[in-house]
Amino acid sequence: MGRITLDKVRKAFGDIEVIPPLDLTIEDGEFVVFVGPSGCGKSTLLRLIAGLEDVSGGQIRIDREDATNLPPAKRGLAMVFQSYALYPHMSVRKNIAFPMKMAGLPQDEQERRIEAAAKALNLTDYLDRKPGQLSGGQRQRVAIGRAIVREPAAFLFDEPLSNLDAALRVGMRLEISELHKRLATTMIYVTHDQVEAMTMADKIVVLRAGNIEQVGSPLELYNRPRNVFVAGFIGSPKMNLITGAEAAKHNATTIGIRPEHLAISTEGGAWKGEIGVSEHLGSDTFFHVTVEGQVEPLTVRASGEVSLSYGDTVWLTPNEANLHRFDAEGLRIA
Amino acid sequence: MATKHSRMSARLMISPAVLLLLGWMLIPLSMTLYFSFLRYNLLMPGMEEFTGLTNYRFFLTDPAFFAALWNTIALVVGVLVVTVIGGILLALLLDQPFFGQGIVRILVIAPFFVMPTVSALVWKNMFMNPVNGLFAHAAKALGLQPFDFLSSAPLASIIGIVSWQWLPFATLILLTALQSLDQEQLEAAEMDGAPWIKRFWYIMLPHLARAITVVILIQTIFLLSVFAEILVTTNGGPGTASTNLTYLIYMQSLLQFDVGGGSAGGVVAIILANIVAIFLMRMIGKNLDA
Repeated sequence: MGRITLDKVRKAFGDIEVIPPLDLTIEDGEFVVFVGPSGCGKSTLLRLIAGLEDVSGGQIRIDREDATNLPPAKRGLAMVFQSYALYPHMSVRKNIAFPMKMAGLPQDEQERRIEAAAKALNLTDYLDRKPGQLSGGQRQRVAIGRAIVREPAAFLFDEPLSNLDAALRVGMRLEISELHKRLATTMIYVTHDQVEAMTMADKIVVLRAGNIEQVGSPLELYNRPRNVFVAGFIGSPKMNLITGAEAAKHNATTIGIRPEHLAISTEGGAWKGEIGVSEHLGSDTFFHVTVEGQVEPLTVRASGEVSLSYGDTVWLTPNEANLHRFDAEGLRIA
Repeated sequence: MATKHSRMSARLMISPAVLLLLGWMLIPLSMTLYFSFLRYNLLMPGMEEFTGLTNYRFFLTDPAFFAALWNTIALVVGVLVVTVIGGILLALLLDQPFFGQGIVRILVIAPFFVMPTVSALVWKNMFMNPVNGLFAHAAKALGLQPFDFLSSAPLASIIGIVSWQWLPFATLILLTALQSLDQEQLEAAEMDGAPWIKRFWYIMLPHLARAITVVILIQTIFLLSVFAEILVTTNGGPGTASTNLTYLIYMQSLLQFDVGGGSAGGVVAIILANIVAIFLMRMIGKNLDA
């Protein structure tokens, strides 16, 4: 079981409040991703849950029991660190065995769990190597193996993939998702990469300056962002945000339209503009179009076959049904 | 240094330095070797003659030699034990955040800057003196008999003085090593359920292994040749109770004017030091491999 409840949890370093009182419930078996720009307090929040930092106020409950003042080891959580934090002088086997050795598990039970974890993570051939002799992806798997064998109530991941190269990152993303499906254990995952958040999460928590901006499933966040910040943060490439006269026409301070909801035409449409840089991805092409009266160029998605070149004049038409409207405070207008 | 040409010129250019260092080492060594085979007494100048191995026979059968050998080992091992253990404890303490950390860290290094003669004299006269010393005053204040350190426990006292000098060095090296330990490793161990003492044993101590090796190697080199501290405090006495090999060689050549015997002792000391070096490198040198 791993239901984690944060009740008015607050964290301040000296006079600086990094996390204002915050409520959050993480259901048992859920894959929750904390996402936000650097310095938004997402790692601090994870460390509060882990017990590596003391809370300045509020209560943390794990399975209904108050864990606010429990030391990290007693919370039954396992953490995978950004730097992997493997013990460099120990072999992979000893690294994985370490938490069980500390818990005083019998030797044969330790062996059994190590074998099972090594098999699940494709580490069987590397058990007697030192971490220094492994590649980045293998080290990451050892770190996960060390977490699995404890059979924790929940896994905590602190930006685990940010030290890996792009190809490996996609692979590990899948492996972690698969692991979650198989173990069905609560996982809390911190990242600044919204692609990781979208692809892996059951529930995304978007944080900014210690505040929760929105909580919801990936598609909820994508389709109905609660405010301008979430609208701009979730989605790649970013949502086009337009202010000024065009927005006023729709009775809003800001309107947002995603690149795939803009139709591009060489004959006529709502907004006239000029093609800037185009990014060809094969399946899609993204055009950056400078529209008259707009400072920022708009991003438009077109199919890979559309051939337009730098300087061409085009017209863009937004799909009205997919227009997001925000008021002066940046909040969504239903 | 890729091409044959650049390697050649590199060798050519460092050769003067290498030759100079080689001469610097070889000339005194061969002179010592040469003297060690002569009957060479400063009181009888101009009467040197070749005596074969007599000097070695006299030096190695001298009862003072075995006492000095034992004292040298006790001094080196004693100081190493005190400085390594004390250094680890001090480093752990200084690694904690506290008020005035910067100043305290500088103060800790201070004893290293005091020259051995001075610090030994300060210890002898101001701390260990049985009449005026601080320790004697403390003992009297508690109603105890003052302890005459340098006569009753001369070697232990010298180990204490030398340890005091070398403790800052060990502390400094170990402290920097401790600071280079990845904090996430300690946090991971904490999450894995390791209490402090186990984190120290399984994570910190293995991390410190290389730094401890460096401390032991460097200190051994200097501790084999401790001299000033003995000269100004006990003069090697009482009897030979605090005479180490270095001091014995000094006595042989400059107090008894026997340059031949002293040189033979010097050669013996070189051989012994090399044996120690080989064993040390065998035992702990593997820690230095990256």
